[in-house]
Amino acid sequence: MELLSNQILAGIATGAIYACMALALVMIYQAIGQLNFAQGEMAMFSTFMAWQMIHWGAPYWAAFVLTLMLSFAGGVVIERLLFRPLAKAPILTNLAGFLALFAIINSVAGLIWDFTIKPFPSPFGSSPFLGSRLVSTHQAGMIGVILLVLAVLFVFLRFTRMGLAMRAAAAQPESARLVGIDTNRMIALGWGMAAAVGAVAGMLIAPVVFLDPNMMGGVLIYGFAAAVLGGLSSPPGAVVGGFLVGIIENLVGTYVSGVGNELKLPIALALIVIVLVVKPSGLFGRQEIKRV
Amino acid sequence: MTEDRLAQSHNPLLSVRDLSVAFGGIVALNGVSFDMQRGHILGLIGPNGAGKTTLFNCLSRLYQPSKGDILMEGASILTRPPYRIAEIGISRTFQNVALFPNLSVIDNVRVGTHSRSNGNIVSDSLKLGQVRRAEAALERKVDEILGYLGLRGVAHAVAAELPFVTQKRVELARALAAEPKILLLDEPAGGLNHDEVHGLGELIRRIRKEREMTVLLVEHHMGLVMSTADHVVALNFGRKIAEGTPSQVQSDPQVIEAYLGNKNR
Repeated sequence: MELLSNQILAGIATGAIYACMALALVMIYQAIGQLNFAQGEMAMFSTFMAWQMIHWGAPYWAAFVLTLMLSFAGGVVIERLLFRPLAKAPILTNLAGFLALFAIINSVAGLIWDFTIKPFPSPFGSSPFLGSRLVSTHQAGMIGVILLVLAVLFVFLRFTRMGLAMRAAAAQPESARLVGIDTNRMIALGWGMAAAVGAVAGMLIAPVVFLDPNMMGGVLIYGFAAAVLGGLSSPPGAVVGGFLVGIIENLVGTYVSGVGNELKLPIALALIVIVLVVKPSGLFGRQEIKRV
Repeated sequence: MTEDRLAQSHNPLLSVRDLSVAFGGIVALNGVSFDMQRGHILGLIGPNGAGKTTLFNCLSRLYQPSKGDILMEGASILTRPPYRIAEIGISRTFQNVALFPNLSVIDNVRVGTHSRSNGNIVSDSLKLGQVRRAEAALERKVDEILGYLGLRGVAHAVAAELPFVTQKRVELARALAAEPKILLLDEPAGGLNHDEVHGLGELIRRIRKEREMTVLLVEHHMGLVMSTADHVVALNFGRKIAEGTPSQVQSDPQVIEAYLGNKNR
């Protein structure tokens, strides 16, 4: 019984990271209808920036906030320079753009910070949380920070006029322009916010997986699984999907003999395939209906 | 404003000058010109493929004309990007309804007020005093429009789940929320039954009078155009073939020919 609750709690902790990645993916998917394969690398780069600032002596939270701002700006710049010109290009051109971005960010990070694995500090430490052996303070802090980020995003999208404009631009760009919404600006905003959310995920997972240019590879696949499970058209779905994937991954790894730690990744891939075959719109997604 | 005074104003609110649109080798609009007087309801008619929707799409900046100009109160609209059309007072509805499907009715109408608000991401998120007051005023207006069009009962329903007729009403509410000077209605009677069409005609006249708007009505339903419009422009094969009062246009031989006896459809 203790093993079960332990695994579920650990699942929720890693699930929070997947939720962040999935949310970042969904925000860009909603804005431009494409999956950002470089989302993980963007998050990794942000994490390196935070590491550099801390290395230079900045306090953790100052580095954290500054990284969020720089990541937001970086997301906007990437959209302007790379994806705005590709806005009307075929889907494969965009895909090539994302893969190129992936390779570029990965190599540039390697060039600047090299490929050796670095430890990344946790602001929460790693002692048992409230004397409990189930959760460490880092895991608890991670869940707390991510829930806070998700709550802020939810309030922004749900209760502000700018959030409403973003949702409208995602749903019907043509009508949105006609009521006066600058849809290009909304897309740029979506990229900036996705980059910042991804940066949160990167900085919080780095103390667990350690910092190196390839750290986000596995995490991104779980993020994809979470986004697909929750439904690519639903930001709350992505969050729920993230937590579910985290829990499923841990439970299957523990209770299905022969899976263990090494075979956890195929679980995420299998999940993607199963969802796409059984319910392509995901748990909370809206089925796309086209007038013919 | 009384109609006499409106009719006296000399400078048109909107004027379409020698407008041409070509898609590759196909000329969809060929040198069309007409004026819209302030406070008028202008009916735009023509058989299928006459260029009505093309003209409409030029007015809302979805298409770029290859020749000619569109002047709104004397200034060309063709230099403005599409998202800056609402702020000079042009709003439209779509033939097939283009609502934000997964937003609620009230959110759809709220979005309509976007061009009337001037917040940015920071002031919006923090809801600073001034923004708060402006938002409260917009909220009151949204509520007033919902009431005006009898949509309060479905305010929190998801737009896509409503019947087509109601969706058309929501789209009209969204257009009104921008407080346009010109309301462009693309086939508002499409999909409505006889009684509903009659009610729609009354609603359009009421909106013109009570909300002081100028209306451009593209419509297949001849009865609605003839009973509602002050002035009618007829198109065929991308050219203007007639213009005048409804009865003048109705008896124009070219118009009768274009419709091949279908004029009472």
